[in-house]
Amino acid sequence: MSITWYLVVSAILFAIGAGGVLIRRNPLVILLCLELMLNAANLAFIAFSRMHGNGDGQIMAIIILVVAACEVTVGLGVIVAMYRRRLPVDVDELRELHG
Amino acid sequence: MAEVFFFIAAIGALGGAVGVIWNWNPFYNVLALVVHLISIAALFLLLRAEFLAAAQVVVYAGAVMVLYVFVVAYIGGAEPAEISPFGPKLRPVAILFVGAILVELVIAFAGSGLKALDGEGAGYQPGFGSPGYIGDLLLTKFLVAFELASLLLTIAAIGAVVLARRRRGTVDEAAGDEQVLSVMDALRLPPGTGSQKEAVSGLPDVHEPAPGSRPEITTGTSAGTDREGGW
Repeated sequence: MSITWYLVVSAILFAIGAGGVLIRRNPLVILLCLELMLNAANLAFIAFSRMHGNGDGQIMAIIILVVAACEVTVGLGVIVAMYRRRLPVDVDELRELHG
Repeated sequence: MAEVFFFIAAIGALGGAVGVIWNWNPFYNVLALVVHLISIAALFLLLRAEFLAAAQVVVYAGAVMVLYVFVVAYIGGAEPAEISPFGPKLRPVAILFVGAILVELVIAFAGSGLKALDGEGAGYQPGFGSPGYIGDLLLTKFLVAFELASLLLTIAAIGAVVLARRRRGTVDEAAGDEQVLSVMDALRLPPGTGSQKEAVSGLPDVHEPAPGSRPEITTGTSAGTDREGGW
């Protein structure tokens, strides 16, 4: 398969993820869509890594994996804190940064 | 043969991605993301990134998704306010922008003029993408990034614990007395357990808030009071 196919799949995945972030209002689903976008970027990095026969892109993908894991932990912590404080779990309702 | 596998994995990845945003039950969203992640791991395998494919399945589809499932089970339920996917009037605009992003990305990729884009990639050397290869790179050329990643993971773990810790009371109650936990709290006995200190000085005067006195904000998705509490 030529590398272009992988890149096109990656572009479509990124667009789907961006659309989810724009459309959905549940912060949990928005986090999932962020995962989609990070994975699309990962796919592009690895496709380019294969294209050049160079492992640097794979290291970048691993670092993205780590950052995604951190983002998930902190994001889910925020969501759980929102739920504990009985705030609505909806990004449209949460307009102010109350402490 | 690689073409067949590619199309199976690509359809799985795209279908999973659509399932993530096209379901109104967060639990099904998470399951769709698992399908997506495993398909992406198959694509990684096709691109000779063996270690990353394994890490993707173990770390993402395994650990991170379990975290999501726990939080979905804790928060519970579908979002009630969201009935139609394109209710508010700005949604068509959002879809328009998404189409613009897609066209732009495809143009940026396909129009980049890189000659190797049409090829299968560089010649395969044995060991490319294996754990040894990745580890060698991580510990020599990218040592700083590796160490920074470990630091970042530590910070995120502590931050998540601080964010999601159990707070006493709700918004109105927490005005003055934010509870500060210390190590001594784990060692302290609850009142009335007959410790020697109580035998000498009597029961301490404890002001526990009455169980039903919390004000409720009814705009949230939570229905009852019995789910207050933590893990």
